[in-house]
Amino acid sequence: MAKILNIEHLGKTYRSGTREISVLEDISFSIEEGETYSIVGPSGSGKTTLLGLCAGLDQPSSGSVHLCGSELSAMTEDARALLRNQKVGFVFQNFQLLPTLTALENVVVPIELQGIKNAAKVGMDLLDKVGLADRFHHYPSQLSGGEQQRVAVARAFSNNPSILFADEPTGNLDTTTGEKIVELLFNLNKERGTTLVIVTHDLELAQKTQTILKLKGGRIAAKEKGIA
Amino acid sequence: MIEKNSTAKASFSWLLKMALRDGKASGKKLGLFMASIVLGIAAVVSIQSFGVNLKENIALQSKSLMGTDYKIDSNDAPNERIIAVLDSLGGADAREISFPSMVSFKGNEGTKLVQVRGIEGGFPFYGSIETDPPAAANSYKAEGGALLDATVMLQLNLKPGDSINIGNITIPISGSLVSIPGSTAVFSSVAPPVVLSYDLIEKTELVQMGSRVKYDFYFVAEEELDLRKLRTDLRPTLQQNNYSIDTHVSSSERLGRRFDNFGKFLNLVAFIALLLGCVGIASAIHIYIKEKLKAVAILKCLGATKRQTFSIYLLQIAGIGLLGGVIGTVLGLGLQQLFPLFLGDLLPVDVEITFSTQVIFMGILLGVFMSVLFALYPLMNTLYVSPLQALRVDEGASEKSRFAGLMVLLGIFVFIFLFSYWLLGDVTYSLAFVLGILITFSILAGVAHLFMRAIKRFFPTSWGFVARQSLLNLFRPQNQTLILILAIGVGTFLISTLYFTKDVLLAQASLESQENTPNIILLDVQSDQQQAVEAMISDKNLPVIENMPIVTMRLHAINEKTVNEMRRDTTRTIDRWLLNHEFRVSYRNELTIAETLVNGEWNTTVKDGEPVPISISDNLVRDAALEVGDDVYFNVQGVILHTRVSSVREVDWSRAQMNFMVVFPEGVLEDAPQFRVITAQTPDAAASAQLQQAIVMEFPNVTIIDIRQILTVVEGILEKISWLINFMAFFSIFTGIIVLLGAVRTSKYQRIRESVLLRTLGAQSRQILKITALEYFYLGVLGSLSGILLSLGGSQLLAWWVFETPFVPSWVPFLVLLPGITILVLAIGLSNSMSVIKSPPLEVLRREGS
Repeated sequence: MAKILNIEHLGKTYRSGTREISVLEDISFSIEEGETYSIVGPSGSGKTTLLGLCAGLDQPSSGSVHLCGSELSAMTEDARALLRNQKVGFVFQNFQLLPTLTALENVVVPIELQGIKNAAKVGMDLLDKVGLADRFHHYPSQLSGGEQQRVAVARAFSNNPSILFADEPTGNLDTTTGEKIVELLFNLNKERGTTLVIVTHDLELAQKTQTILKLKGGRIAAKEKGIA
Repeated sequence: MIEKNSTAKASFSWLLKMALRDGKASGKKLGLFMASIVLGIAAVVSIQSFGVNLKENIALQSKSLMGTDYKIDSNDAPNERIIAVLDSLGGADAREISFPSMVSFKGNEGTKLVQVRGIEGGFPFYGSIETDPPAAANSYKAEGGALLDATVMLQLNLKPGDSINIGNITIPISGSLVSIPGSTAVFSSVAPPVVLSYDLIEKTELVQMGSRVKYDFYFVAEEELDLRKLRTDLRPTLQQNNYSIDTHVSSSERLGRRFDNFGKFLNLVAFIALLLGCVGIASAIHIYIKEKLKAVAILKCLGATKRQTFSIYLLQIAGIGLLGGVIGTVLGLGLQQLFPLFLGDLLPVDVEITFSTQVIFMGILLGVFMSVLFALYPLMNTLYVSPLQALRVDEGASEKSRFAGLMVLLGIFVFIFLFSYWLLGDVTYSLAFVLGILITFSILAGVAHLFMRAIKRFFPTSWGFVARQSLLNLFRPQNQTLILILAIGVGTFLISTLYFTKDVLLAQASLESQENTPNIILLDVQSDQQQAVEAMISDKNLPVIENMPIVTMRLHAINEKTVNEMRRDTTRTIDRWLLNHEFRVSYRNELTIAETLVNGEWNTTVKDGEPVPISISDNLVRDAALEVGDDVYFNVQGVILHTRVSSVREVDWSRAQMNFMVVFPEGVLEDAPQFRVITAQTPDAAASAQLQQAIVMEFPNVTIIDIRQILTVVEGILEKISWLINFMAFFSIFTGIIVLLGAVRTSKYQRIRESVLLRTLGAQSRQILKITALEYFYLGVLGSLSGILLSLGGSQLLAWWVFETPFVPSWVPFLVLLPGITILVLAIGLSNSMSVIKSPPLEVLRREGS
């Protein structure tokens, strides 16, 4: 199978006053198309920073990231945005819906950005899949946390992404709702063949993926197979 | 299956859709931003539109304003040359002789300085004389009667049929004169017109030595006559003979320009209101965009480029600006209908209000442009937001490009300069305006910063919790101190400057309570009348302050170059007005209290065969390019007199006394034809009226100027104008209030969190209310006091440099504006925070979160 994400000797440092703080050091791994992958580790281990670098949201201090065949550090910010828009989906811990847009409007943003004409129909189909078709005109503030995350999942799949990054997708949800969201994510992953990368500190959730990457202090501590 | 666009770029319509979707949900916040600009636009549009209408109406009614196609006039009786010119034009269609004179009324104690106008022929040829009764306009000549100014008729309780004494004649008043072409209400206030038949003028016996008589010859032109060419052709000949030509076109243009200047001033006042609104927009957008940065990060995560996210909010702001521009323009077009009510008879024509497309476009474009320009700097934040912010990674604030920021700031100042240049048409004034704005805003911003630093540095740690917390609010992160002090300060500055400037103007004109200052000036006193007039004043126990001889003369040559040569010389350095000016010269051997010698020596020794030493005023040095030692030749009623400048005097023209540009020594002009000017002081209006009445009865040729009356007229005019200026300044205050509301609202969420936290920790409503009240009290006092003090400084500078007069500021701004504006700020601040204070913490959090 082809590699969709290839990370080599990735490092990230931040400057704090005169001090340089190393967040990630010499990270190398690769993910194949359609694979489910989780990145776990304690708080401050660099999980979210790694996710940001993998998705081209930030530039590494050293090493390289190849996403969908493109070397990200060689690309401009706009080119990376274009790549994200066409190939990447996101699910965030805090749902990150645009508060001034309705559920449907939120879902269709990525495809409208592509200039697609039948966006509303695609959006309604996705909302139907996550069981919120009847709430399409509701604003995020009128939805519960679980409902908001379902809208976020629908949005993440709206551009039919090749790879989906989920950052603590159940972190702000109760156990039952969290399980439902996870089920939804894995079902859509199977149905559409989307690569799934989950950042979590929930080992139970990580076990559901094919590969688990354990981070500690900004370095890879272990790489294990999940039970999936 | 999804069909992807190969360019994968969202269209403009999507950006517009996103701007609308987001805008719809942020309606309340955006509504306030829009209101900030609406009033400024309304103010500018109303002034602009009214100005255009006034100009158009003046041009349309130019013939009826002047009453004729063109006229030839002078203060000299026509000589042979002029008669030849008049004949070559086919003879005048009508003529008029006019002069100021005192008149009295039979059976009535009143006397009045009036402008006597003797008219012959069919003048006015356009427009009409409006009288009451209307028939009087046509019958007064045949009746041998007079038309007397309607206001005087009312003041002195006169009726048609009553008699008026003009010089040596007593004639009936045919009717009251409401209006006559060629006469404006402002100038008629000092010497209201009395119209009578030309034939009666000679019988009054008022036209004599020293009288300021004006001769007008009116012409009706053929349609095809090119008036501009006629004016250019005739001017040289006429000027040589001290005559001038005026056409209805040039006269209306001149009138238009005069009102244009006043319009420009009002435009600037309106423009300041607009700028203040823009400062409000910049501040509100700053907070608004801060709240939107998370959404920008999410959009970037989803693949939106920075240009796209920037464009969404830019379009939103432009849309608000457009809407604000449209509402402001409609409001402005409506408001201009009020101006004729404010200005009343100061306007030369009845203004028919129409809507100018140019002004409408300007208003709408101004709305869009100003909103975008002032929102640009805070909007730039969206460009530098990292998508990482959506992932809980707080990178801290991204560095904005300093260069881009400077460019935006430069753009703002260039725009302010260009717009003020468009309003004023003068580079220096526009630069001064921009500089003035910059200085005012900088000082107010400096005051705010200093205040915050001072509180930080000298924080009263021993104060109680409530007092300390209210002070802390003034310099906490995201505080509103700067914007509130700017808004309150600029508004107060404008209003109090208007008050102070009015004080300066009135102080300059005011004579009350000044000892030894004349308030009655008697002109045209013949030499043989002077002793009797002085005796009459003394008999009434009134002091004669001055008694000066006046000799009239014209300039003949300067340093061997004659006036005619100078007229032809296009490179001359002398001002043109001097070439035709009739100098009223006095002679004495002492300087007066209003004069200071600044150059040369005060020489009173006249030697036979040598030029007469004269003293000139400093303005002549400037206008006539004269220096000590220059030879000046005067034509004293046909006799050429050789003089030499021996000294230059600085003259305080603002003193209410007779001042002279040229002073001769004694012993030269005593035998020349002359008249006297006598000044006196009367303690009150009644004594003044008695004296005037007595003099008019005995010496009808003497003209009396009652300075007290003139002051009343000046005050009346200032009152009317200041109404309009106050009206415009209130736009700034209202805009300031809206900016204030906006600033209070945008910080509301933060306040709620703090209040809720405080209440959770056990603070009582009363304590929270006190904290809020004290904070707004500090802001209100500091903002309004800064504005008042700034305007006090500005007015003092105006008084020193422009009006050159001592300035005693009015207490009104301190007693009315300071507490008034503070209370207003307090009320707005508290009313907005009341809902927070009254509700239980959880309910507030839930409501604000939704």
